[in-house]
Amino acid sequence: MAKKVQGYIEIDKEKCKGCELCVVACPKDIIRMSKDVNGKGYHYAEFFNPEPCVGCADCAVVCPDGVITVYRARIEV
Amino acid sequence: MELTADKIKELVVKPENKVYAKTPLLTDKTLSYCPGCGHGVAHRILMELVEEMGLENDTIGIAPVGCSVLAYEFMNVDMQEAAHGRAPALATAIKRLWPGKFVFTYQGDGDLAAIGGNETLHACNRGENITIIFINNGIYGMTGGQMAPTTLPGMRTSTSPYGRDTHMMGNPLKMTEIVAMLPGTYFVTRQAVHTAKHARKAKKAIKKAIEVQLEGKGTSFVEIVSNCNSGWKMTPVKANQWLEENMLDYYHLGDIKVDGKLVKEIV
Repeated sequence: MAKKVQGYIEIDKEKCKGCELCVVACPKDIIRMSKDVNGKGYHYAEFFNPEPCVGCADCAVVCPDGVITVYRARIEV
Repeated sequence: MELTADKIKELVVKPENKVYAKTPLLTDKTLSYCPGCGHGVAHRILMELVEEMGLENDTIGIAPVGCSVLAYEFMNVDMQEAAHGRAPALATAIKRLWPGKFVFTYQGDGDLAAIGGNETLHACNRGENITIIFINNGIYGMTGGQMAPTTLPGMRTSTSPYGRDTHMMGNPLKMTEIVAMLPGTYFVTRQAVHTAKHARKAKKAIKKAIEVQLEGKGTSFVEIVSNCNSGWKMTPVKANQWLEENMLDYYHLGDIKVDGKLVKEIV
């Protein structure tokens, strides 16, 4: 069994203002803007494909509103 | 084993695997800034440092007038609101009364460079042992995008609709270079927060600024070149590109004064 670094992010969609900076910052292109809107009427960021995520936290660092929480672990695959 | 999204979530999302989350020193209030504004990142890196350095009970911040006027609502440390541009004067008083506290001012360019230019120069010239965080977005964001002292030549704002004409309106003020020339400043740097790389670098610079104050060496001054997508009338992503192409050409990033010595030729 091989080990791999796996990341995962959680986005607080109600606090997201839809600026899209995380989409640009993500080196793996696995964040996109949702077609739905949140309570404030913004298209919120959506984490649609966890598999390539390495938990680099670039998205969370550039998020002006601090809505992204990043997890990282070594898992067996 | 096939990894599905749910399986990854189950394996990875555990409290012990958390590597990045919003610091508790920022309140749960939604920031009053526009989507994509650099203020949010600047607030967070500053508060992360206060938390990491264990200064949460020994920090007094001074909020300015401008977009960040409500900084005291968002930063969960002791804060005091100053009159427009007078944050360095207030910080001087607080630091002299409580020399053991970490005292910082958080100011925009309209506050620090325009109405507060005088206070800033004199506080830096006296070498007050305070930290000044200067957010420069080249415009008056809060009042509707008017021209600021830091507006670039040719830049369109609501009060310079044909672009800033330097013959009539003067040249942009490089406050950071000006204060670096004063003998009272010990650490002067210019940073940006529009990408993760720049934000991490800015965090290191602010950390140094805090350490300089705790060692009692003199004024530390950190300029953060930021965006104003509402004032510049661009999307946040476009505004960051514009910042990279135009603002950074005029406001060069990097340390200007380290350990009381100029490390960069001032032009």
